[in-house]
Amino acid sequence: MSHHIVAVKNLRHVYPDGTAALRDVSFRITHGESVAIIGANGAGKSTLLLHLNGYLTPSSGEIQIGDFPLNKCTLPQIRRTVGMVFQDPDDQLFMPTVYDDVAFGPLNLGLSGADLDHCVTEALERVGAGHLAKKAPYHLSGGEKRRVAIATVLSMSPDILVMDEPTNGLDPYARRQLIGLLKDFRHTRIFTSHDLDMVLELCERTIILKDGEVRADGVTREIFQDEALLAECRLEKPLSMQGCPVCGQSRSLAKAP
Amino acid sequence: MASIDGALLDFKRLDRLAAGNTALHRLDPRAKVLATLVFIVSVVSFGRYELSALIPFFIFPAVIIGMGDLPAGYLARKIALLCPFALAVGMFNPVFDTAVMVQVGPLGISGGWISCASIVVRAVLTVGAALVLVAVTGFPAICRAMEHLGMPNAFAVQLILLYRYIFVLTEEGGRASRARELRSFGKKGLGLSSYGPLLGTLLLRTWMRAERVHMAMLARGFTGAFQTRQEFRFGAPEMCYLLGWASLFIFLRLHNATQLLGALITGIFQ
Repeated sequence: MSHHIVAVKNLRHVYPDGTAALRDVSFRITHGESVAIIGANGAGKSTLLLHLNGYLTPSSGEIQIGDFPLNKCTLPQIRRTVGMVFQDPDDQLFMPTVYDDVAFGPLNLGLSGADLDHCVTEALERVGAGHLAKKAPYHLSGGEKRRVAIATVLSMSPDILVMDEPTNGLDPYARRQLIGLLKDFRHTRIFTSHDLDMVLELCERTIILKDGEVRADGVTREIFQDEALLAECRLEKPLSMQGCPVCGQSRSLAKAP
Repeated sequence: MASIDGALLDFKRLDRLAAGNTALHRLDPRAKVLATLVFIVSVVSFGRYELSALIPFFIFPAVIIGMGDLPAGYLARKIALLCPFALAVGMFNPVFDTAVMVQVGPLGISGGWISCASIVVRAVLTVGAALVLVAVTGFPAICRAMEHLGMPNAFAVQLILLYRYIFVLTEEGGRASRARELRSFGKKGLGLSSYGPLLGTLLLRTWMRAERVHMAMLARGFTGAFQTRQEFRFGAPEMCYLLGWASLFIFLRLHNATQLLGALITGIFQ
């Protein structure tokens, strides 16, 4: 199946003020992969994500989503294929009730009546938020907002899920719940995050961005073993791979038979 | 600033009331909006010296508060907040209009006092009716109802988005204001001049948020037309509600029920 592919080739983006946020980025993500894009603040992660559903247009380079190259004509189709979950759920939940918000995408796709209701209820149930349907977004807690934001995207049945800092600002329980939920998805998934422990759990593959370029692209566990590389990119090993402060042993080593 | 946060919580309470599940809450918002409209028009169309005929109109907010299970004290406090404004409007009437209209024993009450009282009573009635409408219907549903009644879609969408982001903006404003206060150590800080940049920052942040919200809308297939669900049903209960209230208001507008009641009671005792 080629329709879940994300291919980026020599992508370059210069903001109007002259800042080159992306210099030369190339990668190819295939069907069903779960990939983390990590890097320091200002490395270009968010700029890259905004290209994936065509909100920003490349200064040069190409993006291919599924069978289509990203351009003006394919934009509606691509926005349907790529479900984008933004960093601040308050930006994503703009309708008066949770139900209306989840229905916003499907309504734009032309659904109505029982189909619409089924689609909305299913998306809300999928993230365990069925009971929140009638609530207003500003009455929800942070974790609930995050899950509803994911439901708003799921209701459009996207093939590719793109999430900007999904665990940002969640308490440990809500974070664990969200990781459990994301693990179950079979979509092609692309995350950006500073929560490297989450990356370790969810993503087999990691791409490190540094100064607008791909500095490393490979198996997550191998990349996180390379301390010199991590330090160079202003990152560090996830806590679960660091030595235990009491016994001095690394958790991943202690777990090994 | 505690007051901004407090005001927000208070506002959220009003919003929560609309989530109730009484028979009134379930009515089609259009019926409620229209009934309130007839009420307001009836109340404001009285002559300026009319006072006694206004009193029976209190039955409308009272019945809705009772049937809608609303907290009367809370709503009364909200209405009381607006009374000073109504008083400011009618304040000078007693000064300019000194012709005595009613003689109560030795005390002569001038037309000015009566018209001033009439203004306050009308303000309490109309503001009360509007608040009660919001409390049993919810602001977004009222916007939807107005849209169905012919208000342009763009206005409805603007009002709905405005209402949604008032909460976010107030929270942001509250945080910024608290940060300013914590660093001014009980003094005035830089006084008024520090509010300029603060408001400027809020405006810029709002701008950036608007861009992000637009981005989120585009990402979900928004093409310029705001689609809404057709969920309203104007059935027999709505018709009864609207016709019942509207005929009562028109009756009360045409006949002074207080006088009728007075005449009835004095008639019995004669």
